Amino acid sequence: MSNSQRPNQIFRNLNAKIASIPMILTALVVFVGGTAWTVLYSFTNSKLLPRLNFVGLDQYHRLWSTSRWLVSIENLLIYGAISLVFSLVIGFVLAALLDQKIRFEDTFRTIFLYPFALSFIVTGLVWQWLLNPDFGVQRVVRDLGWTSFSFDPLYNSSIVIYGISIAALWQGTGLIMCLMLAGLRGIDEDIWKAARVDGIPMWKTYLFIVIPMMRPVFITTLVIIAAGIVKVYDLVVAQTSGGPGIASEVPAKYVYDYMFFAQNLGQGFAASTMMLLSVVIVIVPWAYLEFGGRKRG
Amino acid sequence: MRYKFLTAAFAATVALNFAGPAAATDLEVTHWWTSGGEAAAVAELAKAFDATGNHWVDGAIAGSGGTARPIMISRITGGDPMGATQFNHGRQAEELVQAGLMRDLTDIATKDKWTEVVRPKSLLDSCTIGGKIYCVPVNIHSWQWLWLSNEAFQKAGVPLPKDWNEFVADAPALEKAGIIPLAVGGQPWQASGAFDVLMAAVGGTDTFLKVYKDKDAKFAAGPEIAKVFKAADDARKMAKNTNVQDWNQATNLVITGKAGGQIMGDWAQGEFQVAGKTAGKDYTCLPGLGLNEVIATGGDAFYFPLLKDEAKSKAQVVLAETLLDPKTQVAFNLKKGSLPVRGDVDLGTANDCMKKGLAILAKGAVMPWTDQLLSQDTQKQKEDLFSEFFAKPDMTLEEAQKRFADIIASAD
Repeated sequence: MSNSQRPNQIFRNLNAKIASIPMILTALVVFVGGTAWTVLYSFTNSKLLPRLNFVGLDQYHRLWSTSRWLVSIENLLIYGAISLVFSLVIGFVLAALLDQKIRFEDTFRTIFLYPFALSFIVTGLVWQWLLNPDFGVQRVVRDLGWTSFSFDPLYNSSIVIYGISIAALWQGTGLIMCLMLAGLRGIDEDIWKAARVDGIPMWKTYLFIVIPMMRPVFITTLVIIAAGIVKVYDLVVAQTSGGPGIASEVPAKYVYDYMFFAQNLGQGFAASTMMLLSVVIVIVPWAYLEFGGRKRG
Repeated sequence: MRYKFLTAAFAATVALNFAGPAAATDLEVTHWWTSGGEAAAVAELAKAFDATGNHWVDGAIAGSGGTARPIMISRITGGDPMGATQFNHGRQAEELVQAGLMRDLTDIATKDKWTEVVRPKSLLDSCTIGGKIYCVPVNIHSWQWLWLSNEAFQKAGVPLPKDWNEFVADAPALEKAGIIPLAVGGQPWQASGAFDVLMAAVGGTDTFLKVYKDKDAKFAAGPEIAKVFKAADDARKMAKNTNVQDWNQATNLVITGKAGGQIMGDWAQGEFQVAGKTAGKDYTCLPGLGLNEVIATGGDAFYFPLLKDEAKSKAQVVLAETLLDPKTQVAFNLKKGSLPVRGDVDLGTANDCMKKGLAILAKGAVMPWTDQLLSQDTQKQKEDLFSEFFAKPDMTLEEAQKRFADIIASAD
């Protein structure tokens, strides 16, 4: 109630400090502690229950000689490249189009962002039906008269991961578009005016002036997309559950299956440690770029 | 007089009010029996348990054992145990027992003389860890059955095959009539189970034991197993047009005559029954694929987590006894399509296929199954291999066999 000023440095903002203790503890115990525990146990031969019986790098040797893990990594790379390139490109183009002071901008923005409100499980199921050859797109086109039309990406081992990417893009580009739109709105109107006075065509202005100015937005977007790529799991489970065969397996699913179905915690931990490593590889350069320059600032 | 009457009436109301909650103990039982035939069978167990004055709280987990087991295990290890839970007896609950999370049933077993009534003896052995009994077997399930649709063969104009080899020879005729010769669903365990059945049928019991029991990796890379892979290749070709996931959807293809046959355990029989089909007339079964008439003594069992609640612990004993009761055994197994674990029950109403199974059991032609011989880890690796093998027509037999031998080499 009273707005009394506290002279002592330690007691400044005491309420805020007390309030943040639970979060600090959570971060330390759950995130850091849990991670350290997992990494530690990945060097053991724990089966159903965790046991401290060290076997060195055995779990990692086995992991990297398992064809399912290798297929998972390959799928992750393909899926990652597709989501990264296409969500950035489509997201930016949509944002640039919306930025042309068109009519009904709000309506369009809502439509594009709507898929993001759905969970991956729902998205996966919707697209599983759409891509099912017996009652999805293929059936509709065949009923229209083109009887030899064939479109069944989810049932073809060699292209199944692309089928999954379609659903991911449909769900994710809306958010990227919004982030990009916010970035575009942050560009000063005067820059556009100056470019127009100099007679620079619009596409050149975007490419050489606006995009470089949006660097922070791009980096944030990149991290959001990259994190989404590494953790992809539910979309695959809902669409194909890894099939046909093991053609659409992803690392997160490997972790889950080996920890719980195969009752082999050690193997699951080793796989999740590899996933953590890949996240670290993404996050560290970003953190360095973003915060490295203004250390102690 | 009047006073007495009033007291009696009062007592009756009290009894009515309190008998339910006071005497009856709720016991949650988790299991993964959710298909039509399975649900009908588990209802029999619930009925029998409720009749003892307790209450069966059904904890069915949909999505077959692969989905259900992680949930059950994490509930037990996480300190929220259910009253009783289904597992396939064998090695699935091994570590839970070793960690002291499961209840030792030895005293009940000695009291009720389980060793005398349970047949074959190997069932109880699978429940025994360190000389103590930890589970109640409820049925015998064997994987080695080939289910054939009489209608499909009629449509294709070929006589019903008597064994696997004839079935393979009939495949082109079936395909010509627009019928999928062999239905194999997309769930990984179906592909791996079908391979094990082929190993037991084409290779024989000794081959099977040499690979899975002795874990002889050199033998697994040898010519005997190459023959089994050749048969698996036939199966792969015959199954290539199956576009379903779940095993009961695949069975349904056979029931409706859209597929010629399916390699599936005897639990498939429950589905035929629910669909109102008659064994011998609408469908035919070949135990051991008609080649090697042996049945595996895998199956389902109930494990009882160690509970602190006294009343619930007592109810666990009642449930254990109910499960092995001759009447429950008959009612349950008839619906389930499996064989009872007691030799002394009357199964006069059993159908054609179950009688075949009982006859083989009576002859003592039994063998252990992979659930008893291999750890879940090895099982999962096998599932990964065979689901890839069945979905990828260009995977060579040599490559598949080499990977199979590697799995056996590191198996435990």
